[in-house]
Amino acid sequence: MSTSPPSLDKAPEPGEPPVVLERPALTHGSLPRRAAPLALLLWTALGLALYLGADLNPVVAGLIAAVGYTVVICGWSRSVEGPRKAHDRLVTAIVTGAFLVALLPLVSVLGAVLSRGLERFDADFFNNSMRGVVGEGGGAHHALMGTLIVTGLAALISVPIGLLTAIYLVEYGRGALARYITFFVDVMTGIPSIVAGLFAYALFELFFGAGVRMGIMGSVALSVLMIPVVVRSTEEMLKLVPNELREASMALAVPKWRTVLKVVLPTALAGIATGVTLAIARVIGETAPLLVTVGITSSDNFNPFDDRMATLSVFSYNQYATPGIPPEPFLDRAWAAAFTLILVVMALNLLARLISRLFAPKTRA
Amino acid sequence: MSSSTELRHPENQPPPPPGAPLFDKPVSRLGDKLFSSAATGAGVLILVILAGVAAFLVVEAWPALWADPEEVPGGDGIVLYIWPLLFGTLLAAFFALLIAAPLAVAIALFITHYAPRRLATALGYVIDLLAAVPSIIFGLWGLSELAPLTVEPTRWLEDNLGFIPLFEGPASTTGRTMLVASIVLAVMILPITTAVIREAFLQTPRLHEEASLALGATRWEMIRMSVLPFGRSSIIGGSMLGLGRALGETMAVAIVLSPSGGITFNMISNGNPSTIAANIALDFPESSGLDINILIASGLVLFAVTLLVNMAARAVINRRRDFSGAN
Repeated sequence: MSTSPPSLDKAPEPGEPPVVLERPALTHGSLPRRAAPLALLLWTALGLALYLGADLNPVVAGLIAAVGYTVVICGWSRSVEGPRKAHDRLVTAIVTGAFLVALLPLVSVLGAVLSRGLERFDADFFNNSMRGVVGEGGGAHHALMGTLIVTGLAALISVPIGLLTAIYLVEYGRGALARYITFFVDVMTGIPSIVAGLFAYALFELFFGAGVRMGIMGSVALSVLMIPVVVRSTEEMLKLVPNELREASMALAVPKWRTVLKVVLPTALAGIATGVTLAIARVIGETAPLLVTVGITSSDNFNPFDDRMATLSVFSYNQYATPGIPPEPFLDRAWAAAFTLILVVMALNLLARLISRLFAPKTRA
Repeated sequence: MSSSTELRHPENQPPPPPGAPLFDKPVSRLGDKLFSSAATGAGVLILVILAGVAAFLVVEAWPALWADPEEVPGGDGIVLYIWPLLFGTLLAAFFALLIAAPLAVAIALFITHYAPRRLATALGYVIDLLAAVPSIIFGLWGLSELAPLTVEPTRWLEDNLGFIPLFEGPASTTGRTMLVASIVLAVMILPITTAVIREAFLQTPRLHEEASLALGATRWEMIRMSVLPFGRSSIIGGSMLGLGRALGETMAVAIVLSPSGGITFNMISNGNPSTIAANIALDFPESSGLDINILIASGLVLFAVTLLVNMAARAVINRRRDFSGAN
């Protein structure tokens, strides 16, 4: 406003105090822009000082810093910005804190696997089996090969079934059957892995008698776990294929099956390959079903249809569960196997991401 | 899409006799028939496999169900053999869920609504990375890293909160307790639970969110009024999926716990019940004869419980699709 409002206190009545008109504030006050980061920095520094200087437990120091920051920022905000904003800041602090807490185990797991796994992560480990090894030395060559064979066979079983089922659900499925299959595929993702192992054992026991152990049993058990994952991811990918492509193909009088094989599948191929890779990554680390079906052996056996095989995960468990004297070399081998396993899984995940990036269908932007 | 019908071309063909249908009969080719029946067959095969899992387990468990109680380990019959294991399974899974569910909601909120947009996808990957870690590694980690960390806090719990049955003690000196098993399980089910909840939060109608922000709501008020109600059934469904995972998780529990049987709510002592899955993994390799049937019977119980939990979870999640208002 250009003109100042008529001031009342210019001519006050004698004997009365001057009346001061107060303009009601239209906005709440707010904290300075950098208030939250600054407070956080301050409390983090304090927590670090407590940890380094006062030799406090890092967990306790972190807790003090987190609680201190939350209390300060909420109290400050409450006095300046009012309870609603303070509440908002409290929730922000809690949500962020929860996320950081959830990261701790991941960091800790990776750290542990890295530091302990490197102990025996050497050429010997990949060139030797455990044949005749009672103490130090030995390796997991047989287990690594076993894992690749068993998982490869599992993929060989589940990919065709999974792919065809997904095609059925997207291209053909109508009515009750499709609904049931969708639902039970979902339910099947939740089958405990040990139950899948028991199923494979029960199935093969009928034909081969009690106590049977074979690599292919492990593959069957893993397929039970893998099929639903393949179906779900393939289904999602097939649904993304634009209907226009199918219609164009059909308009050219291409039979439906050729449309699916030559148009739909190639379009979705990158996504399907990604899904399959992730599915393999999911089952390659399974231990329980292999423990009850494939068992463990200390020497090379690369024939999945004959007797026990070694696999990395069971190898790791076995080394940990039945250590000799002294136990250190056994534990080192267990961690080295775990490290190898995690490397394989990470590599597969990376590969999946690469596939989906490199081979995705070219779209004109 | 189902258009292997062909329109008659008026110029090339003689006019149809009156009363003839406008379309030819759909052409059915051999390839089409083979392909569609292969696809249908694969779909049916999945149902058969699922039924087969149940059937084979029942067949193998049958002898155990009618076995002489004397022959069952413990000597009290199959029911009293499985019951403590089932109890341990439910207890561990329940506490795992208790820890994981709030964390999962918070993480999903952080990724969808709090994290800077550019970071959000990367953070999603990081959480998914947790899901990729094999369970044996979580077991080894729980035993060698987490368990020693809990020794002192549990002693404190015993001293100060010992009047609560959960913390009755005596506190374990090795850390191989139900508490540690539950925490490990919680970490393991976090990714799946988070993934389901995150998916739902992302689908919250943008207009609902903007409307509440426009009315002056703070971010938390917006979340409470539009995001959380929208995601409620997914929170329930995702938690139940996580519960199903926790019930069936084997190796981590088998490695962390040192079971001594018995039913107790005591979370911090060495004496704790095992879980069904862990018990199978520990005993199966050295079992033969009736013992195998008994273990498979316990597996059947586990299968039934997880099946129920998963079906309920899927039903809850699917219901959201129909009433979400997003479509």
